[in-house]
Amino acid sequence: MSALNDHGVIERNSILLVVLSLLVVSIGGLVQLVPLFFMESTIEKVAGIRPYTPLELAGFNIYVREGCYLCHSQQIRTLRDEVDRYGHYSLAAESMYDHPFQWGSKRNGPDLARVGGKYSDEWQAAHLKSPRSLVPESIMPPYSWMAERAVTGSEIEKHLKTLKIVGVPYTPEMIEQAQADFLAQANPTGDTSGLLARYPGAIIHVPVSGGTEVTELDALIAYLQMLGTTADLKSYDEIAGRR
Amino acid sequence: MASVHMTDAINRPVDYSDDVIRYGVIATMFWGIVGMLAGLFIALQMAFPLLNFDLPWTSFGRLRPVHTSGVVFAFGGNILIAASLFIVQRTCRARLWSDGLAWFVFWGYQIFIVLAASGYVLGITQGKEYAEPEWYADLWLTIVWVGYFLLFMGTLARRREPHIYVANWFLLAFIVTVAMLHIVNNIAVPVSFTGVKSYPIYAGVQDALTQWWYGHNAVGFFLTAGFLGMMYYFVPKRAERPVYSYRLSIIHFWSLIFIYIWAGPHHLHYTALPDWAQTLGMTFSIMLWMPSWGGMINGVMTLSGAWDKLRTDPVLRMMIVSLAFYGMSTFEGPLMSIRAVNALSHYTDWTIGHVHSGTLGWVGFVSFGTVYCLVPTLWNRPRLYSMKLVSIHFWTATIGIVLYITSMWVSGIMQGLMWRTYDKLGYLQFSFVETVAAMHPFYIIRALGGGLYLLGAVIMVYNLWRTIGGQLAANEPLDGPVPATASLARA
Repeated sequence: MSALNDHGVIERNSILLVVLSLLVVSIGGLVQLVPLFFMESTIEKVAGIRPYTPLELAGFNIYVREGCYLCHSQQIRTLRDEVDRYGHYSLAAESMYDHPFQWGSKRNGPDLARVGGKYSDEWQAAHLKSPRSLVPESIMPPYSWMAERAVTGSEIEKHLKTLKIVGVPYTPEMIEQAQADFLAQANPTGDTSGLLARYPGAIIHVPVSGGTEVTELDALIAYLQMLGTTADLKSYDEIAGRR
Repeated sequence: MASVHMTDAINRPVDYSDDVIRYGVIATMFWGIVGMLAGLFIALQMAFPLLNFDLPWTSFGRLRPVHTSGVVFAFGGNILIAASLFIVQRTCRARLWSDGLAWFVFWGYQIFIVLAASGYVLGITQGKEYAEPEWYADLWLTIVWVGYFLLFMGTLARRREPHIYVANWFLLAFIVTVAMLHIVNNIAVPVSFTGVKSYPIYAGVQDALTQWWYGHNAVGFFLTAGFLGMMYYFVPKRAERPVYSYRLSIIHFWSLIFIYIWAGPHHLHYTALPDWAQTLGMTFSIMLWMPSWGGMINGVMTLSGAWDKLRTDPVLRMMIVSLAFYGMSTFEGPLMSIRAVNALSHYTDWTIGHVHSGTLGWVGFVSFGTVYCLVPTLWNRPRLYSMKLVSIHFWTATIGIVLYITSMWVSGIMQGLMWRTYDKLGYLQFSFVETVAAMHPFYIIRALGGGLYLLGAVIMVYNLWRTIGGQLAANEPLDGPVPATASLARA
C-alpha cells in the first residue's frame, strides 16, 4: 500500500494537511447544497404563496424568539398517517419566504404546518395564555405575558426592507405601507382594502384586548392562523412537483 | 534547523505554556455543571410543565438552547480548546506559538459563551438549532476562532518532531471545518447595526439543508473529530501502549472527514427536500458507520496487552467505555438514517436518546477521562485525590446514561408507533395529546438519569477540587495509575 506510505509527506507539512482537509470536507457540501440554489425544480410551482403581512411577520419573529420550533415542526412528511393527521404534505414553496426555515426537528407538540384556521382566534388566545386550561395533558409553557406586551409596528418597515435584501419580494409599496398594514390587519372596523390588495387572502383579526391595542399575542395568532392556508393545493400538480 | 546545535535543541526540555490550559479545565467543569443543570431543568419541565412559571426567560423554548449550547459549546468547546493546546505542545515538543493569543482565545471564547447565553434567556436568537447566537456573537466567535486556528498552526510550525501526530490531524480538521460550517450557515443581514435582530440569507428548503449540513457536522467535527483527537492522545498515554494501527488511523481519518459532510440530509427524510438529496444523505450516513468504527476499533484495541488496566484504572475504564458508547451511537445513527427507520424515529424522543448516548456516553466520558488525566499533571500533583471517587463517578454516570437512553428508546418508539396506529375503521387511533400523556413516566425516568449524570459530575468536581488542593485520600483500595500520570508529567 504505497499510498499509505506516502502519507508521511502530508504528516510533515501542516499547510498541506490543512489544505487537503479543507478540500476533502468541501466536496459533500458543494455537491449537495449548491444545486439546491440553482435547480429550478427545487421549489415546486404552486399558486397562492405570498410573503407574510407585516403583522404575520411580527408573529413569525415572536415564534422564532420563543423557540416554538424546538417543540413544533412545520413539515408534514409524505407519510399516510401524517397526511391524515395534519393535512396535505408540506411543499418547499410553502416555506420559501421563511428566514430562517421553521421545519423543526422534534414534535413535543403537534405539527403546525397547517394549523391556520383549525381553531378560532379565541381558542388560540386562551390556549396560548394557559394551555392546560383547554388541554389538561399538554406540556406546553403558558404565554399569558404576551397579552401584556403592546406592539405598534413602528419598526416593521425596517424588517421588510431587510427581508427584501435577502430575497423576499416585498414591493416598495408594501414597505412604505408596512406600519399601516400592520395596524389594519388588527382593526376589523378600519379600511383594509390596501392590505388585502397587497396580501390577497390576509385574515383580519380582532385584538385579544377587545379594544384597539395590539399585543404580541395578536401578532402570534395572526401568524398561526395563516400557516398552511396560502398554497392553492387543489390546483397543485403533484406529478410535476415530484423531485 | 540544519545547525550543529540541533541535537541540543531537541533534547532541551520544553517549558510548556500551561496556565491557559489550567483555566480551560476549570472553565470546562464550570460550564459543564451549568449546562447539565439547564438540561436537568428542561427535562423536568417536560415532566412537570408548571416549572415554566409563565415567565418569558424561564420557558422551555428559551432554556433549551442554554442547555444545548452550554454542554456542546461551553463544556465541549472549552475542553476541546484546553486539551488541544495541551496535546499540540506535547506532541510537537514546542511551546504555544503565543501566550497572548492563547489568552485571547480563552477569554474571547468565554465572552462568546456569555454573549450567546444571555441572548437566549432574553429571547435573542437566530432560530437555527445549535446556531442560535445572533450576528454580533457570530462575528465575535469568528474572530476568536481565527485566533485559535493561528495559534494551533503557529504551534505546529514550531514543532521539533518531524511528523504531525494523528491527534493533531483530527484537531486541525475540527478547527477548519467548524470555521467553514459556522461561516456558511450563519450568513445573515442585520435589521440594524445597532440592533440584535438579523435575517439569515437562506430560506425554506435551502435553509433547511444548509442548517442540517451545519448541524450534523457540528456533531461530526465538533463532537466527533475534535474528541477523537483527544482520544488519540490520552488513551495511548493512559494505557501506555502505542496506537493500535497507524494505517487504520490514516484510512479512518480521511474517510471520516470526507463522508461526514454528506450526512446532513438524513435529518430531512420525507420532507420537501428533493429526493435525490435525501438519498445521498442516507447513503453516506450508512457508509459513515465504517470510518466511525475504525476510530472505535483503533482506540479500544490500543489496550492490547493492557486489558488488565480496565480493572485497576477507572479513568482508563471511563475512556474505553466512551469508545463503546461511540461505537454504539455510530451504529445507531446509520440505522436511524435509513428512510424507513427514520419514518418512525424522526420527530420523536428516539432522536433525543440517540444524541445523548453520543454526548453523555462518548463526548462526556472521554472529556471526563481527559480532565482526570490533565489535572494532576497541570497542577503537578502525584495523582488524583481519590480513584475510588472516580469509580463512583463512573458508575453513577453510567447508570444515569442507561436510564436516559432506554427511557428515550421506549418513549420514542412508542410515540412513533402511536402516531401511525389506525383503528379497525381506518381512522387514526390516538389523538396527539394522548401520545404526549403516554410520555410522562419516561420523562421522569429520563430526568432521573440526567440527574444521576449530573451528580457524577459534581462528585468529579469535588475530587478535582481536593486534588488541586494537594490532598490525597487515605486507604485507597484501588492501585491508581501512578506511573501513567507520572509519565504524562514527564512527557
